[in-house]
Amino acid sequence: MMAQLTGNCNEMEAKMSRPVQAQRLEGLDKNVWVEFVKLAATYPTVNLGQGFPDFSPPDFVKEAFVKAVSGENAMLHQYTRVFGHPALVTILARFFGKLLGQDIDPLTNVMVTVGAYEALFCCFQALVDSGDEVIIIEPYFDCYEPMVKMAGGTPVFIPLRPKTPAPGKLMSSGDWQLDPAELASKFTRRTKAIVLNSPNNPLGKVFSKKEMEIIADLCVKHDVLCFSDEVYEWLVYDGKKHIRIASLPGMWDRTITIGSAGKTFSATGWKVGWMFGPDHLVKHLRTVHQNCVYHCPTAAQEAVAQGFQREFEHYGKPESYFVQLPQELQQKRDRLVQSLLAVGMKPIIPEGTYFLIADLSDFKAEVPNLPDCEEPYDSRFIKWMIKNKGLAAIPVSAFYSTAQKRNFDHLIRFCFVKEEATLKAAEDILQQWKLKKTGP
Amino acid sequence: MGRGVRVEGMLFVPQRFLCLGIRTQLLKTVSSLRSFRFSALATMASKHKNAKRIEGLDSNVWVEFTKVAADPSIVNLGQGLPDISPPSYVKEELAKAAAVDRLNQYTRGFGHPALVKVLSQVYEKICGRKIDPYTDILVTVGGYGSLFSAMQALIEEGDEVIIIEPFYDCYEPMVKMAGAKPVFIPLRDKKAGNSASSADWVLDPTELASKFNSKTKAIILNTPHNPIGKVYTKEELQLIADLCIKHDSLCISDEVYEWLVYTGNKHIKIATLPGMWERTVTIGSAGKTYSVTGWKLGWSIGPQHLIKHLQVVQQNTLYTCSTPLQEALAQAFLIDFKRMDDPDCYFYSLSRELEGKRNRMAQLLQEVGLKPVIPDGGYFMIVDVSALDVDLSDMVEDRPYDYKFVTWMIKSKKLSAIPLTAFCGLETKEQFEKYIRFCFIKQDSTLDAAEMILKKWSKQTA
Repeated sequence: MMAQLTGNCNEMEAKMSRPVQAQRLEGLDKNVWVEFVKLAATYPTVNLGQGFPDFSPPDFVKEAFVKAVSGENAMLHQYTRVFGHPALVTILARFFGKLLGQDIDPLTNVMVTVGAYEALFCCFQALVDSGDEVIIIEPYFDCYEPMVKMAGGTPVFIPLRPKTPAPGKLMSSGDWQLDPAELASKFTRRTKAIVLNSPNNPLGKVFSKKEMEIIADLCVKHDVLCFSDEVYEWLVYDGKKHIRIASLPGMWDRTITIGSAGKTFSATGWKVGWMFGPDHLVKHLRTVHQNCVYHCPTAAQEAVAQGFQREFEHYGKPESYFVQLPQELQQKRDRLVQSLLAVGMKPIIPEGTYFLIADLSDFKAEVPNLPDCEEPYDSRFIKWMIKNKGLAAIPVSAFYSTAQKRNFDHLIRFCFVKEEATLKAAEDILQQWKLKKTGP
Repeated sequence: MGRGVRVEGMLFVPQRFLCLGIRTQLLKTVSSLRSFRFSALATMASKHKNAKRIEGLDSNVWVEFTKVAADPSIVNLGQGLPDISPPSYVKEELAKAAAVDRLNQYTRGFGHPALVKVLSQVYEKICGRKIDPYTDILVTVGGYGSLFSAMQALIEEGDEVIIIEPFYDCYEPMVKMAGAKPVFIPLRDKKAGNSASSADWVLDPTELASKFNSKTKAIILNTPHNPIGKVYTKEELQLIADLCIKHDSLCISDEVYEWLVYTGNKHIKIATLPGMWERTVTIGSAGKTYSVTGWKLGWSIGPQHLIKHLQVVQQNTLYTCSTPLQEALAQAFLIDFKRMDDPDCYFYSLSRELEGKRNRMAQLLQEVGLKPVIPDGGYFMIVDVSALDVDLSDMVEDRPYDYKFVTWMIKSKKLSAIPLTAFCGLETKEQFEKYIRFCFIKQDSTLDAAEMILKKWSKQTA
C-alpha cells in the first residue's frame, strides 16, 4: 500500500513539475511595449514613446464611426462577413487595385484583420513551419521576431548599415542601406520569406525602387515569399515615393501586403488592419483567421470603408487626408530635429513614418553614470529620462536581435505624431536639460 | 536565370532567324525554358504551401451557411446572430467613447483599465473571491479570441483535450492547430431519442472517466451549452471537477451564455468548485451579454499563473483590442453592476425576454409535428427533423442527412438553420444527423415570418 501511495505521489509531482504553458511561448514573454507603456503611464511624462497620435482622427472618419454605431442600422452591432465587411473589402480592392495597376478581387484577394498586427500573425502562422527561415532586416518592428519563433521558424537577421553622410549634411534614414552581397548570402534553401517594412519603423527609411528591386530579384530567384508591412505607406516626406513591392515584376504572386487603419486614419485604437495578395496565399491566411479571431468588429470596419471612399474621391487632391497628414508631419519632424540638434542629440532624419531616431553618443557623456548591468544603455537611459526629465521615448535596441543589441544601444526613438502642445513641452524639457548641462 | 521564370514561355522570334539550325536551337531553348518553368512552378507550389498546423482546417460551417443565408428573402434562424437591438445605453456609450480623442488610440494590451476593473467587480461578486483586474483577466477579440489564446498558451503537441459533443465547432480545429489530439465524448439522450429537454442530455460518468489519462491537458466545458442549451447541474460539474483534480487537468470553461438561463435553472461556474479556481480559465463574451456580437469583445478570467500565459499569446498575436469598444463596454457594465440585485438588470431582463421567445419557438415547431428539445439556457434549440420524413434522395452529394435537409429547407422553405453534425466529431455524425439547430434571439417580426413558413409547411404535410 505504501509503495503504491509513493508511486502515485511521484506521478503527481512529475505532472505538476511539468510547465503548464506550451513550448511555443518559450522566450516570448518579454515585450518592450508592455514594459515602457506601463512606465509612461506610471510617471507624469511628455510621451514621445509609443507610436500613437495624441490628436484626434480626422472628423470625416470619426463621424462615420458615430453614424455607424448610432444609426438606424442596428445590424452594424452584429457579426459581419468573417474575412472582412463587404463595404470595406470592396473599397480596399478598388483603391489598392488602382494604385498597383492590379486586378484585386475583394472576396479572394483581401482580408480584414484586427490591426496589421493580426495580419502579420496570420502570415507567419499560415506560411511558416518548423525549419523555415525568415529574413528580417534590422532594425525591425519588434514583433516580427517572436512571431517567427512562435511559428517554429528561424529568424535570419541582416542589418541596415549606416553610411557616413556627405560633409555638412545630417544623417538620413536613406544613409542606412543593405549590402546587396550580404543580403544575397542570407537566402538559403530553407528561406521561406523575407519581411519588408517600408517605410521602416523605427528608422523611417523609405526603400527606393532600386533597393526593392534587389530584394525582389532575390525573392524571385529563390522563390521566397515577401511579407510587406506597409502600415506607414502614406507618411513619406521630402517628395519621396512609397513603392509597393507587390507591384514589381514577379512579386504579386508571392507577396502579402499589409496595411493599417490605425496609421492611415490616426485611429490606432480601432485595431482595423488588412492584407491583400494572391488567393493561393491569402486562402491560408483565411484559415488561420477563421480559427483565431474569426470576425473583426463591424462598426469600425464600416467607418474605415467610408473613410477610404472619401479618400478615393479626393485622391491626390490638397484636401485628401493622405496629402495633408504627411505635410503636417513633415513640419513636426523638422521641428523635432531642430530641438534635438539644439540639445546635442544627433537626429537621423527619417524619410518616412512618424518616428525619429536620435544618436546619444555625444549626449550620453552629459548624463549621470547609469549603473552598469545586463540591460542595454538606451533602455536604462530612457528609464532615467522618464523618471528625471518626464520625457518618454523608446530604446532602439528593442528593435534589434539579441546579437546586435549591444551595437545599437546608443540610439533612442522619438514619436512625433503629437499635437503642437506636446512637441512644445518636449522642446521645453530638452531646452531646460541643455541649460542645466551648460549652466554657469 | 532569375528573370527567366517571368518570361512565361513567350518568346518573340524575329522572322529573319527562322532558318532551320537556329530554329532547332530556339525550340530547344523554348522547351528547356518551359521545363524550367514547370519545375519552378512545382517548387513554387511547395514553397507557397501552407504550414502544417493549418492542414485540414480550412473548411468552416459558418463560412458556408452564412453565405447561403445572406439572401434577405430567407428567414435566418441559423447563425447565432441577434436581430434584436442592443439596449440603447450600450449604443450610446459607444458613440460617447468615439467622441473622446484619446479613446481612439491604443489602450492597455491586456485590457482597457476601466473594463478590467468593472469585470473584476462583477465576477468577484459572482464567484465570491478576489479577482485582480491586471493579473487575473485578459480582454480578447470575442469569446473566440479567448478560446484561441487559451489553447495557444496551454495546449501543445502530445496533449489530449477532451471535447464534449456536440460542441461549438471551433474547439476541434483550435485543438488541432495547437498540435494536440481532440478526444470526444458525446452527451447522450437518456430518453433514447425522445428527449423533450436539454436536461435529458447527459454524460455517462464511466465513459467520461475513461477519457481521462496522463496526457489529458484539459477538458473544454461549455455551459450553458451551444447547441443543445444544456445548463450543467452542480452534480454534473462536480463529476468533471473530480476528474480534473484527479488527473491534474485544466478546464477551459466557455460560459459565454452565462446570463441566459431560464426558469428553474441556475448557472454555476465550475471555477467556484473546490480545487477548480487554480486550474480553470473561464470565458465570457460581450456579444452574448449585451447582444452586440459585432463588437467582438470577450474575456478570460482565471488564476495569474494561467492567465499570464494567455497574456503572452496576446502580446504576440494582436497586442490589444479596440479602445472605444472596451470603454463603452466598461460603462455599460458599470450601469448593470450597480443594479445586479435588481430584476431590471439587463443580465436578467434579456433572459426573461428570451425565455418568451424560446417558448414561442418551441410551440411553432410543435405545431408542425416536431418535438423540439427545450433548452434550459442559451438561445439555440435543436429539433429532430426525421419525423417530417422529407425525401432528399435526389440530393446525391455525400453529406450527412442534416446538411442535406438544411440545404433543402433553405432552398424550398426559405428558412435557415444549422445542421447539428457541424458540431460533432466524425464518429458521432450518425447519432446527430437527424437534428438541426434553430436560433431564437430574433425580433418578433422574424419569428412571425418563421411562424408563417412553419404553419404553411404543416398544412402541406397534414
